[in-house]
Amino acid sequence: MTEASAPALQVKHLTKRYGALLAVDDLSFAVYPGEIVGLLGLNGAGKSTTINMILGVLEPTSGSVSLNGFDVAKQRQQALAKTNFAAVYAPLPGNLTVRQNLRIFGLIYSVAALERRIDDLLEQYELTKFAGTRCGLLSSGEQSRVSLAKAMLNAPRVLLLDEPTASIDPSTAQGIRAYIRDFTARQQGAVLWTSHNMYEVEEVCDRIMLMSQGKILMQGDPKTLPQAHGFATLEALFVDVARETGASA
Amino acid sequence: MNLSRIYAIVLRQFYLLKGSPTRLLPLFVWVMIDIVLWGFFTLYLGSVSPQGDRFVPALLGAVLLWDFLTRVMQGVTMAFFEDVWSRNFLNFFATPLRVTEYIAGLVITGIATSLIGLVAMLLLAWLAFGLSFAAYGAVLIPFIMVLFVFGMALGVLGSAFVLRLGPSAEWLIWPIPAILAPFVCVFYPLSVLPVWMQAIAHLLPPSYVFESMRGIVNGGPVPWIGLLTASLLSLAYLAASIWVFLRVYRTAVRSGLIARYSAEAVN
Repeated sequence: MTEASAPALQVKHLTKRYGALLAVDDLSFAVYPGEIVGLLGLNGAGKSTTINMILGVLEPTSGSVSLNGFDVAKQRQQALAKTNFAAVYAPLPGNLTVRQNLRIFGLIYSVAALERRIDDLLEQYELTKFAGTRCGLLSSGEQSRVSLAKAMLNAPRVLLLDEPTASIDPSTAQGIRAYIRDFTARQQGAVLWTSHNMYEVEEVCDRIMLMSQGKILMQGDPKTLPQAHGFATLEALFVDVARETGASA
Repeated sequence: MNLSRIYAIVLRQFYLLKGSPTRLLPLFVWVMIDIVLWGFFTLYLGSVSPQGDRFVPALLGAVLLWDFLTRVMQGVTMAFFEDVWSRNFLNFFATPLRVTEYIAGLVITGIATSLIGLVAMLLLAWLAFGLSFAAYGAVLIPFIMVLFVFGMALGVLGSAFVLRLGPSAEWLIWPIPAILAPFVCVFYPLSVLPVWMQAIAHLLPPSYVFESMRGIVNGGPVPWIGLLTASLLSLAYLAASIWVFLRVYRTAVRSGLIARYSAEAVN
């Protein structure tokens, strides 16, 4: 990671308002190549809203998002060509096989030498034996690996992960964390990761941003941030922030 | 327009059809049941009427063409519903896929699936009931094209409604052909309708097709002006339906509906 390089993801003054509700409030941050940034917060803090605006499936009320130097609102195709995502609430269609799903998304991303790329990803994510299995028949952990394989199809420079390890067992979650670390180390990919698992965030993320009521309250290194605010662990800090902001909400 | 992305949308539907007899069979079964039912009814009418030889091309031909239009519409909406049911919008629209490419993929799927049904209907009507397409001549081609384009327009419009109103609006879509049927004069001439219904019929392209078809079967000339009007109307409806879909999509992106189709239930 180097902040001397251009940010892979840049969010400037991003705001989303639904009538009287301010879901995201003037958010600005950047994620650099090779960096894993954790976006933490209570349910309803605005994490998924932020991710949806970055992906261009939700229009901001104001502000801008730039992916790999391209403005999502004005240059959507270029911005999303080297971006991908995996979210626990967006599994791939269960009525298609793993290979069929990967082929369809590979075509959408215009991946060169697609069949070889699919074979490589199936092997890398230990999915080869499931290639002909319908995604709906796979376990949660296997489906998460398929989503991750899909997210890697276009060799993204920016990867958005919305609770990628939710509802899967610790062993599979550990494997997924290893895949992501490998991705940032080898390909210098930039990752924005939302999670409620503080242990996971502490282990994986280079930097965290703690979000509440649409704003970033604090950010920093997950290993030093709790101590800097007088807490022993990240979980203790998170719970305290949740109580404080919950009380003021 | 990126052909690879359009192909991906069509390929998804092909995989679904290939992997599921319950999706494949309806492409043939319902239209064939309709042809058999109306085929025997037509034969019966032919046996009791002095103008019996005209019933097969007039009545059975009308059934066939109306079923075809319905299948085109359903081909588009079914392809769209597959993404509604599997909550796939977020996966698709968080990619470089353009909404126009998505619509193009749905329309191509609708064309392919309705052509399968059309061939099955034509074969059955010809082999079992002696429906000869020589009775219509080359004008059959513009008939089919008008119905094709109008069916696509209905499919795209229906999909836009469901995108805007949520999956529960499906029930609004299926009866659309039945609602239009009395106005487009599938089985009777335009002249039997009250004036207000005739005014609506003149705005609907299929009414020109069915009116022309009956005229030709009764030995009249090909009403080229009527067919030209129907063609222009169909194209206008298709353009309008795509415009509506794009507007609805834009609203869905603004309101967050596209993302919520995956993340939570849509009310």
